Amino acid sequence: MSGPIHIQPGETFTLNVGPQHPATHGVLRVKMEMDGEYIVKAETVLGYIHRMHELMGENRTYPQVLPNLSRLDYLGALGYTHGHVLAVERAAGIEVPERAEYIRAITVELNRVASHLFWFGAFVMDLGGFTPLMYAIEDREYILDMLEAVTGSRLTYCYYRFGGLYNDIDDEFVDRARAFIPRMRKSLKKYDALVTGNIIFRKRLDGIGPISAEMCRKYGATGPVARGAGIDFDVRKNEPYSVYPEFDFDVPVYDECDSLARYNVRMDEMEQSLRIIEQGLDKLPDGPIMPKKKPKLIKPPAGDYYQAVETARGSFGIRIVSDGTKNAYRFKLRSPTYSNMSLFDEACEGMMIMDALALMGSLDLVIPEIDR
Amino acid sequence: MIKDTVLQLIRELFPDPDPVVEEIVAEPAEGDEAEDAKKKPAKKKEKPRENGVIERDHAQYGYDIDVQLAPGELLATVVILDKAGFFLESVTGVDWIKEDQLEVVYDFSRYDFDTCRAVIRTRTPRAEPKVPTISKIFPGAGWHERETHDFFGIKFDGHPHLVPLLLPEDADFHPLLKDFKP
Amino acid sequence: MSLTILNVVIAVVIAIAFAALNAAYLVWAERRGAGRIQRRPGPNVNGPLGLLQPPADGLKLMTKQLVIPGGADKALFVVAPVLAMVPAIMSFVTIPFSENVVARSMNIGVLMIFAFASLGGMAILFAGWGSRNKYGVMAAVRAVSQNISYEIPMLITVITIVMMTGTMNLKELVAGQSGGIWNWNLLPSLSSPLMPVAFLIFFVCTLAETNRAPFDLGEAESELVAGFHTEYGSMGFGLFFMGEYANIVIGASLITILFLGGWGCPLGLFPSVWWFLLKIYLLIFSFIWIRWTFPRTTIYGLLNLSWKILIPISLFNLLLTAGLLKVF
Repeated sequence: MSGPIHIQPGETFTLNVGPQHPATHGVLRVKMEMDGEYIVKAETVLGYIHRMHELMGENRTYPQVLPNLSRLDYLGALGYTHGHVLAVERAAGIEVPERAEYIRAITVELNRVASHLFWFGAFVMDLGGFTPLMYAIEDREYILDMLEAVTGSRLTYCYYRFGGLYNDIDDEFVDRARAFIPRMRKSLKKYDALVTGNIIFRKRLDGIGPISAEMCRKYGATGPVARGAGIDFDVRKNEPYSVYPEFDFDVPVYDECDSLARYNVRMDEMEQSLRIIEQGLDKLPDGPIMPKKKPKLIKPPAGDYYQAVETARGSFGIRIVSDGTKNAYRFKLRSPTYSNMSLFDEACEGMMIMDALALMGSLDLVIPEIDR
Repeated sequence: MIKDTVLQLIRELFPDPDPVVEEIVAEPAEGDEAEDAKKKPAKKKEKPRENGVIERDHAQYGYDIDVQLAPGELLATVVILDKAGFFLESVTGVDWIKEDQLEVVYDFSRYDFDTCRAVIRTRTPRAEPKVPTISKIFPGAGWHERETHDFFGIKFDGHPHLVPLLLPEDADFHPLLKDFKP
Repeated sequence: MSLTILNVVIAVVIAIAFAALNAAYLVWAERRGAGRIQRRPGPNVNGPLGLLQPPADGLKLMTKQLVIPGGADKALFVVAPVLAMVPAIMSFVTIPFSENVVARSMNIGVLMIFAFASLGGMAILFAGWGSRNKYGVMAAVRAVSQNISYEIPMLITVITIVMMTGTMNLKELVAGQSGGIWNWNLLPSLSSPLMPVAFLIFFVCTLAETNRAPFDLGEAESELVAGFHTEYGSMGFGLFFMGEYANIVIGASLITILFLGGWGCPLGLFPSVWWFLLKIYLLIFSFIWIRWTFPRTTIYGLLNLSWKILIPISLFNLLLTAGLLKVF
């Protein structure tokens, strides 16, 4: 139905999807060469919300950059700050107490569930169903309230510190997190009944928007996009960091390469995150949340350090080139959606606009994170 | 282990870590840059970083293979990584202003459990920064190279569409250069 | 003679008032219903239960400036919203709300309603084309192809019923179903055993004809921004909105008249206008319910559904009924 089509030159028109379009979820612009409903060629235009975080990373000292990282991705901010603190800890050789690592893992996974929930709602809204968004937000609100109580903010967290955390969690947080797990499992069943089984929903996604494993490799796609193409890649498993080796969880992989596979991956990932939270709460050790010995001024030895973490959107990499001073010499952020989005131009060629926008939704875009 | 295979293949381009530098210096095409790399002291290390392959401790640095080579060697090395099934994580630059050089850094990684992160670096003079594009091999590099061009002004030879991506369309400044004044 | 004209004028005024009131309060009902479905309150600030929200919205829309885009075709741009509203109102003239509450009972009532309904497609085409907006044009093309494809199965189903009852007068159609639920066209009869299927087809076609979700491709907001009314503001938009709800009322009335026994009580007692209203509002509620539950279909999925499924089935039903009418 949405196979490639042959058209005569001069029969196309240019459609500017964005920078303010409901389906782009932010200020993203796609210049589409259209033949009726079909896309002949697409070119993505970025940079509408570019803030040059990398230069800020060079101009500020390491602790001063901490809040910047959560401004990248406002939905799954903790995963990004986690990557940053891990990178600096690796460079400066700071030890992290075990309790702090467990709390980091628990909060990151909670944030991942929140991010996937919002994606779920927004994605179904892209397909024209408005109601699931409201249901998803209700569950997400529970997580945000929980995180607000310990981190002090709802979206742009600055919770992790080099070596530990800003604030220890209390019993109330543990109780609420424990109560959240069965509640979320029940909600997931509800979403399955309301959305996943819906025939219109399946028809719009099944076999639509193919992204093959080879294409993922050539464009460097990671996260649910790669896992929906049958690639068993999750930084938490492939390059274990923090305390993830202690947890027993699976990486959902689907081989169908279509939008439905990417949807299924994310829905299954929520369940796996719940498993991690459950185990984390069970194993949570006592102890300090900041190391006893910590340098007053963070000055990593000269060198080039890289740290990758699995965020809600894929593999987030951070490169710190240090020259031994209190500022980074080079501060590179490798954002997962940047790579995931770069394959959109090729993937949507020959598709109908509504299928292409469903494909765009299945990539889980957060524009500030692409533009940085 | 894929790491050993790749290391061996790359080393075939540079028969031995130590003589490599000599050989490249001897080659007229890449002579200049290798000379530059030797002449100027790299800031992050005591002695200047020479072209060649270094195995890194993953726990300390976060990657396994660290290759520095001349721009002319780049494509051959990237093809090796492509054939070995690596994917491109990112392309970026570093401005070594004291050495009057720009470094382009390519990050590669793998999808399978044979974990191996490879970093390829190449240096180019600041006055006329130019490296060949790898977007023919990895189309995903297209955006990363455009971004690097935005931030550092590095020309990627053969890039099909080297226009500003993140900066405004008419941007004529390169903010990540160390001598950039806003 | 003058009395007849007066009658017609009064009827039209009442029809306009009914349509406008329905349009305004169906928006309120839709928003409250959506709120209930989505576990949020919906509009509840203006007046008790938010009942003053529709007049407030109407006032706001009426006081806003009607902006005509620079490149637009002025005549089409202005005519389109009127064209969306007027046929919808005209259709009310012939709808029998009960035995006596009918403005003008015509022996070609069914035909007239469908003739007016077809004009609605033209309004969308004019709006999309006249506003010279690429999204608008795409939406207009979509909406017209959708309207045409869904009119066919709808009309075939109506022909089946007309064949069975032998009349095109809406009043007589209802009279033929009087006496209780077992006489309704909804249920299978000897001469037409596939009537429930025909009802489903007609119901789906009504959803599509009124551009309701999941068939609201003309204004698919996630891909075409707002579709054919992207460029409309103020009362131009308001008229499209009212037209849509007026069409919904007509669609629900038609289903009630053709299949659900019009103003008759399910048990055959006390036929009155209240039964008619109850039935159409139940149907409208189901429209709202469907809209807030289902995602949108694709344009090819929509056309495939009509041409590959609905039209063959309704044609088969027509032939079957014709054959069985000869037998019994």
